[in-house]
Amino acid sequence: MPSDAPQIVRDICERWVGRIGAPISALREVAATLGAIEQAHMETVADVFNLSVAEVRGIVSFYSDLRTEAPGRRHIRLCQAEACQAVGARELTAAVQEKLGIALGETAADGSVSLEAVYCLGLCASGPSAMVDGRPLARATVRALFA
Amino acid sequence: MSIAYVPSETLANALGANEVAEALAARGHEVVRTGSRGLAWTEPMIEMDDVAYGPVTNIDELEAVRLGPVDALPGLAQQQRLIFGRCGGRDPFRYDAAALREWLKRPAADILADVEASGLRGRGGAGFPAHIKWRTVRDTPADKKYIVVNADEGDSGTFADRLIMEGDPFRLIEGMLIAGRATGADAGVVYLRSEYPLAAQTFEKAVAVAERMGLLQGFAIELFIGAGAYICGEETSLLESLEGKRGEVRAKPPVPAVAGLFGRPTLVHNVITLCAVPAILGMGGDAYAALGVGASTGTMTFQLAGNVRRGGLFELPFGLTARELIDDWGGGTLSGRPVGAAQVGGPLGAYLKGAELDAPLTYEALARLGAGVGHGGVVVFDDQVDFIEQARYAFAFCAHESCGKCTPCRIGAVRGKELVETLRASEQPAGELAIISDLCDVMEQASLCQMGGMTPIPVRSALSLPQGTQQ
Repeated sequence: MPSDAPQIVRDICERWVGRIGAPISALREVAATLGAIEQAHMETVADVFNLSVAEVRGIVSFYSDLRTEAPGRRHIRLCQAEACQAVGARELTAAVQEKLGIALGETAADGSVSLEAVYCLGLCASGPSAMVDGRPLARATVRALFA
Repeated sequence: MSIAYVPSETLANALGANEVAEALAARGHEVVRTGSRGLAWTEPMIEMDDVAYGPVTNIDELEAVRLGPVDALPGLAQQQRLIFGRCGGRDPFRYDAAALREWLKRPAADILADVEASGLRGRGGAGFPAHIKWRTVRDTPADKKYIVVNADEGDSGTFADRLIMEGDPFRLIEGMLIAGRATGADAGVVYLRSEYPLAAQTFEKAVAVAERMGLLQGFAIELFIGAGAYICGEETSLLESLEGKRGEVRAKPPVPAVAGLFGRPTLVHNVITLCAVPAILGMGGDAYAALGVGASTGTMTFQLAGNVRRGGLFELPFGLTARELIDDWGGGTLSGRPVGAAQVGGPLGAYLKGAELDAPLTYEALARLGAGVGHGGVVVFDDQVDFIEQARYAFAFCAHESCGKCTPCRIGAVRGKELVETLRASEQPAGELAIISDLCDVMEQASLCQMGGMTPIPVRSALSLPQGTQQ
């Protein structure tokens, strides 16, 4: 975490002031930039947007992109929704969990990898779908995920 | 050397379209990045001299994957692409605004008359007649009115919003500007889910082009990226989110057309609903209404997904059945096994089985089965489908995504999931099923929105329970 994080957060917030849904957009950018949203960041967001810290915590806890814990260095998201279920997403998920030794929603103890559920990436005609470090993967297999 | 048209669309890119484009450019071809034709099994599909090739993995072996002339492609040629007609095979940012300029000169009443005559209904899921919303927004006095586009396409098995925003973003801009003209709104907001970054890029680029072309004429278009919440596809939750808050649903009335975004009259439509409007003005409302069946007029952008050989987007007039879509258009299941069920209309849609698969995919026919068309997604399962697991998942998904505001949804989904989990080991499954059915009644009748209100639909259909009392 860079030591000037609070200033980065304030800069991000100020870029969003006046835009629609601004507190959410600012928090999304904070999470994407810094990896996770911390208490001090929420206080800054509350200050800039004239909200209570409780309101900001409420927003953060509602949206899954507004992470409060940074993902592992490698971030694997596996689609768990119906179209992917129909072509083996459950089996793929079980195999990936077994290979990594962590369950969905967990990060490896050494921070090397996190595994997360996602509900639809819109690649439903070519499942199962995954996203690895932001890169979408169609017709995912264990081999393709760890290539 | 011939121009190579290569899709830049999320699925095609995930399957290697960017690498194909680079290889073709290195070979000296002029490469034009396009939208996708929506034939997922052919991706990456490229076009040169009006001939399609796909799936392309090696540009030295194009002849091995030659699909034939684009205008005679199986799965594409028989579609009626009123909405998707410009998607694929062309640069989406080269835009001819002549038709739009003419439409925007028409009097509002004239546009409204065409929308009413078309019989257009909302394509997001509820199927509400579009013209009633338009008139309500128009007739409600206010200092400010909004067009809000729901592009929070979270239903599994759906990707039409993404395909049009990535492949023909001007179609949506046209729909928004026409709706603004007809309702008196001078601002539009698109609520796009964060899982669709390429759609965000293409749409923003198109808005900038439209601005430079002088098409917006004071109509402000803003793009908002969601932050990961399925419930924000529900219109009142979406409006709360746009106001920068938790996406908790609002009680209705007032409906958003009377008091929506920041309390102002707001026309909330799914992407595809608005994208149908230019087609309606182009062909006339009556001609549009002549397509389809009964009160299900026009074309539907069916999205075929899951366990199917040839999945993708098929824009067709209402009237065909799920079985025709799966067998004739999709070539049957990917596994080669018999179809076990098709879930129609996303996670809140019914699992159609057996003879139900022969019902037309129309608002009316599906309503009689306790089902709905939803956003047009059809997810195919083969006969290995585990219906108890699918019912459990429906409750679990609701529990995961519930906004928590009303009790039937917040508590009901959790209790429902627990009940289904006991079902497999139960010695008295009839007793458990009766309790699940009661719980479904409560959720249907007392939930604030369709998240809790429609979760019973997949549950009942998966477990073959009787239909609910209220849809």
